[in-house]
Amino acid sequence: MIKTGIIGLGKMGLSHASIINAHRDLDLVSVCDTSNLILEAMKKYGSYEVYTDYEKMINGSDLQALFVATPTKYHADMVIYALGKGIHVFCEKPFALTIAQGENMVELAKKNKLVNQVGYHNRFIGTFNYLRKLIENKAIGEVYHFIGEAYGPVVVKRKESTWRSDSSEGGGCLFDYASHVINLIEYVLDDIKEVDGVILKKIYSSGVEDAVYSGLYLANGLSGQLSVNWSDETYRKMSTQITVLGTEGKIITDAQELKIYLKKENKKLGLEKGWNMRYITDLTDPVDFYLRGEEYSAQVDYFAKCIASSGTLENVNSFESALHTDVIIELLKNKSR
Amino acid sequence: MDRILFGDNQFFAVNHLSDEKARAQSVRFAKNEAIIKVLDTALDLGIKTFMCTTHDRISGICDHIRKNPQRYNDFKIFPCMPYAHKYANAVTELGIVGALKEYLPGNIFSTIAKGGIAYAKKDFIAMMELLIDAEMKMFKGIDTPVIFIQNVLTDLILGLGMKDIFRAYHTYIIKKYNAEPGYITMNLAYLLDVLEEVGIKNPIVCSSINKIGFRMSGGKDLYEKTIAEREFRPVAMQVLAAGALRPAEAFEYVCKQKKIESILFGASSHDHIKESRDMINRFNN
Repeated sequence: MIKTGIIGLGKMGLSHASIINAHRDLDLVSVCDTSNLILEAMKKYGSYEVYTDYEKMINGSDLQALFVATPTKYHADMVIYALGKGIHVFCEKPFALTIAQGENMVELAKKNKLVNQVGYHNRFIGTFNYLRKLIENKAIGEVYHFIGEAYGPVVVKRKESTWRSDSSEGGGCLFDYASHVINLIEYVLDDIKEVDGVILKKIYSSGVEDAVYSGLYLANGLSGQLSVNWSDETYRKMSTQITVLGTEGKIITDAQELKIYLKKENKKLGLEKGWNMRYITDLTDPVDFYLRGEEYSAQVDYFAKCIASSGTLENVNSFESALHTDVIIELLKNKSR
Repeated sequence: MDRILFGDNQFFAVNHLSDEKARAQSVRFAKNEAIIKVLDTALDLGIKTFMCTTHDRISGICDHIRKNPQRYNDFKIFPCMPYAHKYANAVTELGIVGALKEYLPGNIFSTIAKGGIAYAKKDFIAMMELLIDAEMKMFKGIDTPVIFIQNVLTDLILGLGMKDIFRAYHTYIIKKYNAEPGYITMNLAYLLDVLEEVGIKNPIVCSSINKIGFRMSGGKDLYEKTIAEREFRPVAMQVLAAGALRPAEAFEYVCKQKKIESILFGASSHDHIKESRDMINRFNN
């Protein structure tokens, strides 16, 4: 069993804690948070050591793995402290508040040869992985355009501010929502090199943007668009979609399904001329413990597998790839008018 | 429990396969009358139990039921709490403590209010009871013989290993509401182990049960064995595997497992409801 700790018991932290504790190879021994109420509940009804000071937890619990699920502004200190002690780290997204902090974390993880992963869970969703495979196999010929979108109802009216409404703490639609789409585009298509025509729009928030629109230019020469809005209450929850257009067809993908249009039949890929549907039910591997989407369990499972493999399994969502997402976030901020 | 339970996903823009279909449904059921019409259709087809989440909109449906006691004489609701998105969105925005403040009745900083005392004493069971009461308020005067915890909460507690919460929930639902506590889960075998550990016997457990093993943690074989061999009252949901299965093969698979007591499904048209009902009745024999 891999002795594991977690810092930050918000929504993501509690969800991770539940998945870790139910995992056959991970042993959740200690938890750290600033809320006495939460810690009291964890102590009373769970069997965890509880801490309010993460350094004490790291030193006191003899951990092999650590999950960091605090607001982004705390990531660097916590992650670097843990890496320094030889602990494998899973960190929530967005990864770093500044590029310099991110670089320090990437370097230290590499130097100490530790497993490192960031919670961009879309990379564990079957539909997006299938889209990636279709693009690699040139299913729609030469790709000439893409649109990466995400919409949801996080901020739908003006109200008192929290860390989410402060960009210096990692809040805002760009950090919180658009980061997922940027990361996914880089995974499915290629790294983003340049951005243009950036619009960061405030709708209800005063400190941060509620929507992000931009042109994107990728390393492989492909161009496309980003359209993200977290103030759209026509959506019940966050909905992410990637549309890719090619000379031989078009693919529209979300977390549930792929709609694939081909100008000609593709026997090798088993796709017919015209519209083809592929559903998540056929593209998802079952998980041992399900909490809120296979991808959340799958990413924790992969992290555990990486640790067990002692360096033979390659990181998915490595610190390095997450840092590149941060670089693009920075670029979008700088280029916006 | 009735053999057939009528679900509510189709009313509240939940479609596990397609966001687009979900949106189309939300347009159709924008008004309560549209929901009531479908419930009436089901009722006329002999389906008398509505299993629904404690969505804000259900309170409008409850008002209608209370106003027409004769029409809904033997109509039952199985509430499933909480409506998780409500809390999830509040937690995202306000944090866990902030969300508790928003939803615990009374002012938690006032020690006079029951919620305030519970909060100040960190009496988690009392807080849970207050939250249950808040969710159950809309069902006052309506027959709710089984009250479920939604899977996201069941499985969160399960994963965290907070077994005693299940015991407390179980006791409270029986004592306060004179109802059977039910559990929705995506982790059937694991949950049964834990419920057994805290002394909950023969529980009502609702889980995904379908021919392709969709959302059945541990796999189809484990589920079949669990259903056949363990002591609990199974309710099957996601029988159609979010639409991946044809109704006939889907219902046949579930009806073949004789220990399954009830089957949950949702549909929006008379023909679909009738077709599903007839199929279940046919495969029952």
